[in-house]
Amino acid sequence: MTYLTKPKLHHPELPANALGFTRRDYEGTISTLCAGCGHDSISAAIIQACWELAIEPHRVAKLSGIGCSSKTPTYFLDKSHGFNSVHGRMPSVLTGANLANRDLIYLGVSGDGDSASIGLGQFAHSMRRGVNMTYIVENNGVYGLTKGQFSATADRGSKSKRGALNTEEGIDLAILALQLGATYVARSFSGDKAQLVPLIKGALTHPGAAFLDVISPCVAFNNHEGSTRSYDYVRNHNEAVNRLDVITVRKEITAEYPPGSVQEVRQHDGSMLHLRKLAEDYDASSRIAAMSHVQSRYAHGEIVTGLLYVEADADDLHANLGTTAVPLNGLGEKELCPGQAALDRLNASLR
Amino acid sequence: MKRLEAVNDFVVKFANVNGSGSASANTLFAKAIMRMGVPVSPRNIFPSNIQGLPTWYEVRVSESGWQGRRGGADLMVAMNPQTWEKDVVEIEPGGYLFYDSTKPLPADKFRDDVLVLGMPLTEICNAAYTDPRQRQLFKNIIYVGALAALLDIDIAEVEKLVGEQYRGKEKLLEPNLKALHLGRDYALEHLPCPLGITVRRSDKVGEKIFIEGNYATALGAVYGGATVCAWYPITPSSSVAEAFANHCRKLRVDPDGGGNNFAIVQAEDELASIGMVIGAGWNGARAFTCTSGPGVSLMTEFIGLAYFAEIPAVIVNVQRAGPSTGMPTRTQQADVLSCAYASHGDTKHVLLFPEDAREAFQLTADALDLADRLQTPVFVLTDLDIGMNERLCRPLRWDDARTYDRGKVLDHDDLESGKRFGRYLDVDDDGITYRTYPGTHPKRGSFFTRGTSRDRYARYTEEGSAYVDNMQRLLRKFETAKQYVPEPILRDAGRPARHGVIYYGSTACAMDEALAELEAEGIALDALRVRAFPFQDSVIDFVNAREHVFVVEQNRDGQLRTLLLTEGALDPARLSSVVHYDGTPITARFIRREIEERLSAFNVRPLRRTAAAGE
Repeated sequence: MTYLTKPKLHHPELPANALGFTRRDYEGTISTLCAGCGHDSISAAIIQACWELAIEPHRVAKLSGIGCSSKTPTYFLDKSHGFNSVHGRMPSVLTGANLANRDLIYLGVSGDGDSASIGLGQFAHSMRRGVNMTYIVENNGVYGLTKGQFSATADRGSKSKRGALNTEEGIDLAILALQLGATYVARSFSGDKAQLVPLIKGALTHPGAAFLDVISPCVAFNNHEGSTRSYDYVRNHNEAVNRLDVITVRKEITAEYPPGSVQEVRQHDGSMLHLRKLAEDYDASSRIAAMSHVQSRYAHGEIVTGLLYVEADADDLHANLGTTAVPLNGLGEKELCPGQAALDRLNASLR
Repeated sequence: MKRLEAVNDFVVKFANVNGSGSASANTLFAKAIMRMGVPVSPRNIFPSNIQGLPTWYEVRVSESGWQGRRGGADLMVAMNPQTWEKDVVEIEPGGYLFYDSTKPLPADKFRDDVLVLGMPLTEICNAAYTDPRQRQLFKNIIYVGALAALLDIDIAEVEKLVGEQYRGKEKLLEPNLKALHLGRDYALEHLPCPLGITVRRSDKVGEKIFIEGNYATALGAVYGGATVCAWYPITPSSSVAEAFANHCRKLRVDPDGGGNNFAIVQAEDELASIGMVIGAGWNGARAFTCTSGPGVSLMTEFIGLAYFAEIPAVIVNVQRAGPSTGMPTRTQQADVLSCAYASHGDTKHVLLFPEDAREAFQLTADALDLADRLQTPVFVLTDLDIGMNERLCRPLRWDDARTYDRGKVLDHDDLESGKRFGRYLDVDDDGITYRTYPGTHPKRGSFFTRGTSRDRYARYTEEGSAYVDNMQRLLRKFETAKQYVPEPILRDAGRPARHGVIYYGSTACAMDEALAELEAEGIALDALRVRAFPFQDSVIDFVNAREHVFVVEQNRDGQLRTLLLTEGALDPARLSSVVHYDGTPITARFIRREIEERLSAFNVRPLRRTAAAGE
């Protein structure tokens, strides 16, 4: 087996989006992950989000590191260029790609081993640089491909499948992202598609560093009793702070909300984020409040999900660098090479 | 005692304290001589330190234009008490010692075979200035004034240079000129001006420029069309990125307010630097990083990815003395092997070896073309000696008709017209396959880039045959590279020679001089300056056509020799190493002595030429 394509036949009445594409046009090859893997639900959510936003698939660049999660970009958007790079280094490759062409949509997919251990440094620096991207960590608290070792996001005190107790503190990547200046930070659960799809849509339309920590249970190595990343555990301890609706400029606003229950965020591109509050008084526009809420609920054993923080006036790395609006990979000799005349002046200044 | 006497052929060495502001005064001294039409080659010898440790500036004045380090010093400007003993020892017999005589030193601190020139610099400064910083800085300018008198340097040239330096800052101009004359007047009155060594106006500089290697490398990246630079600070390469930023601010900002036609990121480490370069290269922008040996060590995993996934990347390695932190501020050519075979698995990389700043400019621009053409990492291997010193070079030239070679890229129309696309499909039979940039076409041309094995259509596979097929094609591509990389430069002895010498990079300037000296002694040697790896057949043929070939290089293990033996399947007995690796630049004296000794061991008697009449 090299790889499996999916048959392209589909039901004639499958709905089409504004571009005339059906969901099938956003799919990739058949997943080779374990049956029931949370990551496959995330891939499905990415497909759904891109379809709903009517993104042209080829205008997305999907990048990943190494691990189960990093394999998933082959399972969606097969009209997009993909890059399965090296372990823990997706952020730098994505940053470089983004510098080369600011016009594409950058989707980075990583795992907890990839981002919280070997790649913690690159994760951190891509956040503080404000790279315009959607960075999804498919977080299962375990190394799947190497068969069940704890990862750095595993909670202290959780049990491995073999019964070993994790004695090291778990890293909360969402908290780190908040501290490091990411301008869109969310947490979700692969088992809650209704919550996850809008969060991905919001991240894809966000004009800065968007980070999503998605708890994604590993059915093979981390779905047992004593694990804090099992389907059962996450369902029982999930505390959503809000529900998101992403309203692109093209769409008329039809949803109606009871007054005072919605927080509205207008992004640079004109798209609107409507946050239906679930936790009273939760303010997604406050970085400090977000960190405080997430950590205090964690102390009570709860996993806070939803859009934790969003900055409406987010900037990105290109804005900081003052880069031209034209993609750098589209510039030629005319813009780039100063020619002999400039060299003559330089030569003269060096005598 | 006989005093050293020479016109336009001597070495002045300044022993200073790091951070005392001596650097600009010393450069002023070197430039003034150059403005008199006399070639100079200065070298910074500095510690890994910002303030307080010893630093030296060695200026070789050579009417013949020899740019290599000569060794020894004819005039020592001993401004650092910490290194006094060592500095005094280094003076050639009959030479000169210039020092600050404000505080008297016991007689046993001096040598009786050198002429001692004491000048109460601190006393003069303290009398003329009250501000402590001024007292320090102007001391340097005062000694430049004194040296101008001692060496008969035209003071008008020095004044002109000071004027250029402080153009628009007239407040600073006056006190500098005053200091210059304080020094000159004192020397003229109290010291035996001029000395036996003097500068005489000549015409050997002409249109040549005085340029630092890293500055030129960065300019090559600008001209070669690099738009993305990602780097991490490391001596001696940091000034490449800093110069690139400066050049870009002057040359690459859209004149109509459209923003910067470049993006520079100071990354968190070398892994991220090369990751960004690879990401940018994958996405169709020309990108480079600059680093030194330790940085390359950190980058190797990524370099293997770029080799295997075939992504253009340019890596400038300004080499320093390793291993580990080694001697971070000393020069070596010790990363040849680590770059040639960087990364795990079977890999080979293209290396370019510029000899000086001018060639660093050219080859860095060429490297960007080569990386796109060959879709692979390309190393530009300079070193600290080239990178961090100013050297006289012919003016930089750029052919305005030149266009960038973007290599084999299918665009939207190619894909639309139905051109067959397989990312790793060798349609031209040269090992180089076609690629597409992300986002090119809605339906065609997308593929998945990975470091894992894949088939010709970029589909993941662990089939042994598909893996071998790909690895063999990569070898074919490396073979193809030979026709694109710069040719070696042959310097024929002009008469039949049984022996040859191979050298590369910064060794060239010392080698030029050594070859001339050996020739004058009647020793015929053919010389080949290698400029790239993979080696063209002409390099291997050069060895095979001679009885014995010396490989001169600046590392312990003879790394280029090893590479030649391995890649050229050569007989080890025919190649011997002449290596110099103490961290100082190799000298003509060293090369000549080594080769003479080796040849005499082979029983080669130099054919002494009879001296020409009048000599």
